[in-house]
Amino acid sequence: MSSTNLQVDDQGRLRHFLTIEGLSHSILTEILDTAESFAGVTAQQVKKVPLLRGKTIVNLFFEASTRTRTTFELAAKRLSADVLNINIDASSAVKGETLLDTLRNLEAMHVDMFVVRHADSGAAHFFARHVAPHISVLNAGDGRHAHPTQAMLDMFTIRRVKGPDFGRLRVAIVGDIMHSRVARSQIHALNTLNTGEVRIVAPKTLVPVDAESLGVQVFHDLEAGIRDVDVIIMLRLQRERMQGAMLPSEHEYFHLFGLTEQRLAVADPDVTVMHPGPINRGVEMDSQVADGPRSVILEQVTHGIAVRMAVMSMTMRAHTDAEAQEKQNV
Amino acid sequence: MAAKKARILIRGGRVIDPANRLDAEVDVAVAAGRIAGVGESVPGDFRPELEIDARGLIVCPGLVELAAHLREPGHENKATIASETRAAAAGGITTLCCPPTTDPIIDTPAVVELIRQRAERAGHARVVTLGALTQGLAGEHLTEMAALKEAGCRGVSNAQSPILHTAVVRRAFEYAATFDLTVFIHPEEYWLANGGCAHEGAVATRLGLPGIPAAAETAAVARDLALIEHTGVRAHFCRLTHSRSVQMIARAQYDGVPITADAAIPYLYFTELDIADFDSQFHVYPPLRTQRDREGLRAGLARGTLSALCSDHQPHEADAKLNPFPATEPGISGLDTLLPLALRLVEDKLLTLPEIIDRLTAGPARILGLLEQGTGTLTPGAAADITLFDPEASWRIDPTSLFSQGHNTPFMGWEVKGRVMHTLLGGRRVFER
Repeated sequence: MSSTNLQVDDQGRLRHFLTIEGLSHSILTEILDTAESFAGVTAQQVKKVPLLRGKTIVNLFFEASTRTRTTFELAAKRLSADVLNINIDASSAVKGETLLDTLRNLEAMHVDMFVVRHADSGAAHFFARHVAPHISVLNAGDGRHAHPTQAMLDMFTIRRVKGPDFGRLRVAIVGDIMHSRVARSQIHALNTLNTGEVRIVAPKTLVPVDAESLGVQVFHDLEAGIRDVDVIIMLRLQRERMQGAMLPSEHEYFHLFGLTEQRLAVADPDVTVMHPGPINRGVEMDSQVADGPRSVILEQVTHGIAVRMAVMSMTMRAHTDAEAQEKQNV
Repeated sequence: MAAKKARILIRGGRVIDPANRLDAEVDVAVAAGRIAGVGESVPGDFRPELEIDARGLIVCPGLVELAAHLREPGHENKATIASETRAAAAGGITTLCCPPTTDPIIDTPAVVELIRQRAERAGHARVVTLGALTQGLAGEHLTEMAALKEAGCRGVSNAQSPILHTAVVRRAFEYAATFDLTVFIHPEEYWLANGGCAHEGAVATRLGLPGIPAAAETAAVARDLALIEHTGVRAHFCRLTHSRSVQMIARAQYDGVPITADAAIPYLYFTELDIADFDSQFHVYPPLRTQRDREGLRAGLARGTLSALCSDHQPHEADAKLNPFPATEPGISGLDTLLPLALRLVEDKLLTLPEIIDRLTAGPARILGLLEQGTGTLTPGAAADITLFDPEASWRIDPTSLFSQGHNTPFMGWEVKGRVMHTLLGGRRVFER
């Protein structure tokens, strides 16, 4: 079964949300529009809507996360769902119990949705293939493969700042593309939304093989890569990269690829700077940029809630509609 | 099933015996467990107790499988010697070579003996073993290779556990050469492979799977070729996956270096594209590579640079494949499907029928040093290991048609042609459909 068939039902509705790859322009737009309608809710005094009342959502995190898990939890609560957080430390993992056993046990508690983060690429697909048909799976990050809700909240942020026409935008993603699930999902989302130009900027050690096949232009020089761009997305650099002989030092990385006010001068005057967080100040960018007027880093976090509400309500609706149809047919 | 060693006459089949350059409609006589005659050499006064009507069938030497991970001792939840030798017989395979990946590892004569005894007790196929090149496959201390050879090992190998210390590789090759043992090499540069699970290319980039560059194989081939020349050891390269490696082997063979090499079925049919949906049935190690590599391997097999074709049989329990892709165990169960998938290469016009039978019989027997004693041939006097198959019979690969305990195969659901009708092992009928 292809990924598209796995996450979209025969009516074209989103059943699971595993990867951006293969989803249509109209589904991505629907996610953004739905998120827009929820953005108001999160700003209200009473921050709740009853859309998912009575539903149970399990946040199943096999990898540490603060931001993503918290915003998923808030999104679920604002939709009036019951939320259960389960953190499973992969290293001390589930003694003897297989992943599938873990899944079956949780299913037996009448769960309606799993939000899964796992260190292995393909983990969310694996869950989606094996859950009972009434359960939705949302990918909260699998290995280096995909982090689709992060990519959509970034698209939401770009649309809010730059307007709905992605065709006139140049976007550069800077940093560790190789190990980044965020970058992969962003690239698919930007291309599906017909972005004018998508660039990646990194030293060769951090660019995956055949990166151009993802639909990007590859740059190894920061100034050339961000020249005239409208949006710059900086990626987090993990310390392990120094040990894996990917880079010599944070110092040289910042010297060559760190974003400073001075460097920003070659970009479009209205350039927007983004980062999925958490930031290493002085490694990916200096504080002047991170806290400066072009940065929308904190807005990204806020938008994460609305986007996750949108995806949760859309996948649940696909299931509820399908169930209603079945009842009618009986 | 006739258990005793009867006098058998196999009549009217098309007999293909590549080692003897024979392809003709002749009779084959079997007596006292050995080939008594083929065609004109069938004794005039031969009185069979049993006749097998082979009209419409191909009669060929029993197939020789270079790589069957039998899982016993140690991993009987996956398969046993009895279950897999039975699958071999049903697949027309009469000789299996088991790599040292059992638990305990085949690094002492006792384990060699245990496997031999269990195979003999099961009685479905011959099992030969490769001893470990280093103790526990840990890449540090040499095994007692003289004793392993004495116990019957057909060669030594470190299987898929790369030896990190190049000086240990050198000494291991030298020591093996002392006893005229063939070294079976799985070329992999450990640090380049770096724990990956997919070919480092466009698909791994898209799926975010840790990649293994092609250079992990070619760098190891280059290093090992240098050490083979230096030590004079006889070597066999196992399961090449990269077209460039095939070229390097061909060049070295041309230069007279004493090396052979093989390919495995999955790499002739699939590429990196097949893992694009995280389907763990396609998770093999080393990984499926590009279309160009697949074509390079096919060409190498056709030219004879790769003189053997194997299934690289790795049966698993269902759970081994039920996990996110990187966490699943690599390998495909292949004994049941070796013959029909090899025959498909004839339909693809890659090789002739006698050529593909050569790659499944005399080719691997030569690599294992068994050809001299007649394994993989129908030479009069040799043990009567004979396979009769119907080249036109179609069947569907599904759980009910598989004899192996492992049902892990990406070929599930395929319609294939070529069905084993009889298998004789030392003149005994060990399988009959």
